[in-house]
Amino acid sequence: MTTIPRPAAAVPHEVLPRLLPRTPLDLAAHTARYGPRAGTGALSAVLAEAGLTGRGGAAFPVHRKIDSVAAAARRSGRAPVVVANGCEGEPASHKDATLLRLAPHLVLDGLLTAADAIGARTAHLAVERGSGLLPGLRAALSERPGDRVSLAEVPRRFISGESSALTGYLSGGNGLPRFPQPPTRERGVGGAPTLVQNVETLAQLALIARYGPGWFRTAGTSAEPGSMLCTVHTAGTAPRVFEASAGTPLRRLFGPLPYPVQAVLVGGYHGSWLPAAALERRLAAADLGVPLGAGVLAALPADRCGLVETARVLRYLALESAGQCGPCLNGLPRIAAAFADLADPSRAAWAPGLLDDLARWSGLVEGRGVCHHPDGTVRLVRSALTVFAAEAYAHQSGHCTAGNPTAVLPVPSETAPEALR
Amino acid sequence: MTPDLHLAVDWTACTAHGLCAELLPERVTLDEWGYPLLDDTPLPREAVRRAGRAAADCPVLALKLRRNAGR
Repeated sequence: MTTIPRPAAAVPHEVLPRLLPRTPLDLAAHTARYGPRAGTGALSAVLAEAGLTGRGGAAFPVHRKIDSVAAAARRSGRAPVVVANGCEGEPASHKDATLLRLAPHLVLDGLLTAADAIGARTAHLAVERGSGLLPGLRAALSERPGDRVSLAEVPRRFISGESSALTGYLSGGNGLPRFPQPPTRERGVGGAPTLVQNVETLAQLALIARYGPGWFRTAGTSAEPGSMLCTVHTAGTAPRVFEASAGTPLRRLFGPLPYPVQAVLVGGYHGSWLPAAALERRLAAADLGVPLGAGVLAALPADRCGLVETARVLRYLALESAGQCGPCLNGLPRIAAAFADLADPSRAAWAPGLLDDLARWSGLVEGRGVCHHPDGTVRLVRSALTVFAAEAYAHQSGHCTAGNPTAVLPVPSETAPEALR
Repeated sequence: MTPDLHLAVDWTACTAHGLCAELLPERVTLDEWGYPLLDDTPLPREAVRRAGRAAADCPVLALKLRRNAGR
């Protein structure tokens, strides 16, 4: 990996990283490294062959979303809109911000190529308020006077990047998820059919358009091709952003770990705890048996309490509920409070019904909201109760086996989230 | 033609009036907070009319009849 621009013809990019240079690339360095932006001939078919899936967390096939937006545009006779989603609401994820800082032109290339492919005349790039990314993005855009992309900052909330919340905000709304009928691919920004793609997805798309699906598949597994950006958390050190080939053993991704590991969090705060044996498995949803989400990975040291860590995250997730949907509004605070009791042996020992309550409330919030916030929260709860079952039993017997109270997972200041507009 | 109509709730609109559970007790029960728990399997032809009336009677129009599978 070098920051010295190489001629485009000599860039096979067979080695990683493909997306992340060491220092930010201006347009000249970007073009020297990757070559000019590629055209859009048969983009959907090319992406289907590449097997590119969304990198924002849901891993939905990109070509299918492109096809459905294009079809909705034809049916409605309205010009579609494209939105590059850089709203990284997940506090443990830094990969989108890192990408936008280091390779803004790759994201812009992907955004414009996608816009051309579906005949969109409006393109947005949205980032979180307070991310500090706007000046760099404005500078990048000023290098491309012919390209019209409108930059937007959205409220700093966990759910701001949900597609109906984001397109609603860009349409002048409150930035909260809405009933998903009709879906944003049919009625998004200003009521137009809207393609919302994560910024990493667009950067991958920009490279596939240049180098083709065969090149893309030289990284990854046949079922989960390509590379993906990950944010890797090791206790005691700052989180690191890597570009990894799907199929890389997790232990190699973490590198030498300075402590024995008790459990691994895969997929972030809407993700899953797995036992430490997961370190010997490969970075692939099929191999780990859980969704990779937006690529957040954390190794919990053996001397920490997984219940305490989970309780802190659940409190944050409950505060981040938009409060619109009854089951989420009622269920998440109860789940968070019960889990806080479970995390404290002095309280857990006196509350034998905690596990039953958590199971019942989890069932009552799952699938009963307009966005996936309750579903993701329940995924974390259930995985924690499975992986830390022995610890839960210890807590209910009045003691905690962890010796080190230092927090591992980052949770934003314990205050309520940014007020609604 | 009534291909696979089923009940759905706009959770952002529902305020737990509970009328749906009174009008369609065989399809809707209420959870411990008063929000509807739906049987969202396809409605039999003879139930569609009553379900449509219940949807129209929801005080906040949160109860929906949907054609395709969805949340």
